[in-house]
Amino acid sequence: MVVNCEQVWREISNYLEGDIEPNLRIAVDEHIRGCQRCAAVLDGTRNVVQLYGDERMLEVPLGFSRRLENRLGENRQHSTRRGFLGWMVAAAAAVLVAGVVEVGRASISSRPDLRSQQANPGTGVPPEMVVVISTDGKLFHRRGCPFIHDRAHVQTLTAREAMHEGYTPCVRCMKEYLVKS
Amino acid sequence: MTPGEGTSLTHPAEQLDEEMLIRRIQDGGHDLFYTLIQPYERRVYAAALAILRNEADAEDAAQEAVLKALKYIRQFRSESRFSTWLIQITVNEARMRIRKHNARMTEPIVDHQDEEGNYIPRDFADWRDIPSETLERKEVRLQLGKALASLGEKYREVFVLRDMQHLSIEETAKALGISSGSVKTRLLRARLMLRDLLAPGLGGGWGSKLSFEKGTKPW
Repeated sequence: MVVNCEQVWREISNYLEGDIEPNLRIAVDEHIRGCQRCAAVLDGTRNVVQLYGDERMLEVPLGFSRRLENRLGENRQHSTRRGFLGWMVAAAAAVLVAGVVEVGRASISSRPDLRSQQANPGTGVPPEMVVVISTDGKLFHRRGCPFIHDRAHVQTLTAREAMHEGYTPCVRCMKEYLVKS
Repeated sequence: MTPGEGTSLTHPAEQLDEEMLIRRIQDGGHDLFYTLIQPYERRVYAAALAILRNEADAEDAAQEAVLKALKYIRQFRSESRFSTWLIQITVNEARMRIRKHNARMTEPIVDHQDEEGNYIPRDFADWRDIPSETLERKEVRLQLGKALASLGEKYREVFVLRDMQHLSIEETAKALGISSGSVKTRLLRARLMLRDLLAPGLGGGWGSKLSFEKGTKPW
């Protein structure tokens, strides 16, 4: 099989993705060896894919995450206010029940043994915050934290459960809770 | 990477956790929603920016898309990937804003590029090795952004989802509501156009032949 320049250009994407018939691939390789222009197009296209595929190209503006989180918080408060009267009575009952349960739990989990004696147990971590641990690790993290070790053995649980198991807040993603006493 | 296969942001073990998280949110735990979308927030922003080409509009559309995802979370079904569903909502939000904007203008923006015809490369500058450290330079990232912004919308959105966010061909098609064949055609053209725009600068005397308008946004 022999291919011309236009056929090569048409197949460049498929060639780079490995989604090309073996015979056609051989023909393209053969053509490129003798055609400087097509070799330049192939090299350049490969560079485009490599450069734009880099994580550093996905930048967000400074403060983007904080503003997004705030917007979600405002939205939640707004919906909460709207429905407040409707569920006030039910909520009051739930708080009473939760209070009783909490007293019971607190008596069991008041002083957990920390997995790392040098670690800072942190203060003010919202107990219902969803966090991630790796079972052999010592810290708990927010989801997506780059400091999570051994991602094959991660578990999701609440911060309350993690602290009860002796995990301490990650120094990177939970640093706002690690104010020195 | 095998053909059509995308790289997933989440590890299989985290995928299970994500399902659990979604179930808890669907059952009313809305305060967990930021935890769920946090790993994807950059992708949401990038998808909005690819369509809107303006940082402020993209951020607003990204926030709105996230709020819509929360509003409709009970409609999410685990047969599709959450990230694809979220990007789909973002694309729709950004496209809706573009349509509103165009409706206010006296002349509609028409993409004159013909998708069906073959694309003929215009420049054959030799561009062999490109060290990834180049990306440490902010001006290089800006020039890459400008080149991308100069493509027509249909090429930009396919390129951003497939080559920057690493969605598979099928996921890109689903998020954009087009066929896999169209994704492949547009992707090829987007890559070749970008090479034409960048090869003279990155392959030779950097920036000497790139002629983007002064003062334009990077996207």
